[in-house]
Amino acid sequence: MNEECTFEDYQKSMAENKILGVLCADCNAITAPPQAVCRKCSSPNLSPKEIGKNATLKTFTVIRVAPDGMNPPYIVALAETDDGPWVMGNLIGVDPDKTDVELIGKKVSMSSAQGKGDLYSLGDIYSLTFSLQ
Amino acid sequence: MREVAILGVAMTKFGNSEKTNIEMFAEAGLGAIKNSNIEAKDLEALFFGNCLGTFEEGQMHMAPFAHSVLGMPISSPATRFEGACATATVAIRHASLLVGAGVYDMVIAGGAERTTAMGTPLATRTFAMGCHAQYESPLGITFPGVFGMAAHMYAKKYNIPLKELKRNMAEVAVKNHFHGAQNPKAHFKKEITVEKVLSGAMIADPLQLLDCCPFSDGSAAVIIASADKAKQLVDKPIYIAGTGQASAGPLYLQEDLTRVKAREVSIKKAYKEAGIGPKDVDLCELHDCFTIAEIMALESMGFYEFGKGYDAAAKGETRLGGKMVVNPSGGLKSKGHPIGATGAAQVTEIVEQLRGESGSRQVEGAKIGLVDTLGGDFGTVCNIILRS
Repeated sequence: MNEECTFEDYQKSMAENKILGVLCADCNAITAPPQAVCRKCSSPNLSPKEIGKNATLKTFTVIRVAPDGMNPPYIVALAETDDGPWVMGNLIGVDPDKTDVELIGKKVSMSSAQGKGDLYSLGDIYSLTFSLQ
Repeated sequence: MREVAILGVAMTKFGNSEKTNIEMFAEAGLGAIKNSNIEAKDLEALFFGNCLGTFEEGQMHMAPFAHSVLGMPISSPATRFEGACATATVAIRHASLLVGAGVYDMVIAGGAERTTAMGTPLATRTFAMGCHAQYESPLGITFPGVFGMAAHMYAKKYNIPLKELKRNMAEVAVKNHFHGAQNPKAHFKKEITVEKVLSGAMIADPLQLLDCCPFSDGSAAVIIASADKAKQLVDKPIYIAGTGQASAGPLYLQEDLTRVKAREVSIKKAYKEAGIGPKDVDLCELHDCFTIAEIMALESMGFYEFGKGYDAAAKGETRLGGKMVVNPSGGLKSKGHPIGATGAAQVTEIVEQLRGESGSRQVEGAKIGLVDTLGGDFGTVCNIILRS
């Protein structure tokens, strides 16, 4: 219990293509990415828990005007994981110009990919990717 | 808590400014002081809003400099507030709370922002710093992207064909530009058409260029005092009837993006404090950073049922002359959005409306006005209810 699970731990897990979350001993909810308290009940009684890779796409956008250093167009999406938490990731393997609202509700598999950091970020960061099943 | 009122207000023209943040604030602040029939030495504190001065001008710690250019006494502390796009609203609310609590009798609140100094790529990068820096920003999400995701979810949730939703979103832009065209302080003083909105460059699907507010420079300031003091100094004090503020975490924890949870909590508190409900509101300045954002705000504040507010602008209900005028200033969309100053400009518009000083944009007989400002990717919402 109360095992601290940090951004660095999350990054290490993502480097091994595992998605780290935390399991709440009080309400059983999984929070991912990890944070100090449960997203549902605010309990600090958490332990590390790898989450499953299946999720459902809940919404998306195609970024065409991007922050400095990014290469548009690319897709950013929110998905609800089968384990509960919603997560943000890049939908890959789909042509950004051939997207429509019907993507919402599709099953996706999650993986991880490392993005290049910039002057302001904490270096190169692994983030989630979604691929249509 | 004792009763609190606003005396004078002032704002610069929004748009592209040659002035620095501090110089713009001097113009707005000295204007508000003059309009309040007071002097800078009468002010006991400055509540100053600015978000990105570090990137815009290499200037951190702007509050004491803003204080100095007004000629405020050393004994009056200056504090910087940051709540992303809701920055100045949060500053004004805290000023009001401390005057209400009797800590100060008279203060100044407002903000300044010079976003265009950064250029669009750096501005887009720094605005995205308002999203979670570890779990959201590395994905390349932008604020248009956040609201693009909300628009797609809205279409799906309420089973509205995207084409129909987009046409109605365009009507929001057309309406706010119609208002802004009549506002001498607006960034874009020009009317647009639905066809023009729908033929603009795609920014973040499904949002096109004219679905989005601009990067703007500008400043606005308001003088806040105890109601007793305000009545002695100005003919028409405007009373702060109620305020609300709420905070929520990163976007991925918020799940249903069609409902801004922080807004639903904040507005409930403000209504309760003011002893009113949505039906009592005569006009509203709300957070239309993107066209879909106005639709979402209308619903969260109780003016429309969820899923039913999308065609309000198309029906003319929120336009000047409509049943509930929304963003008579032109809103963020047409008046502009210098993020650290926006809330103070919204308050400025409502104060002038309640005093009957808005010329062709006047909402006749308005007695109660509402300010709504959203900061970040739904992390901060602040509301202020004003009455004449």
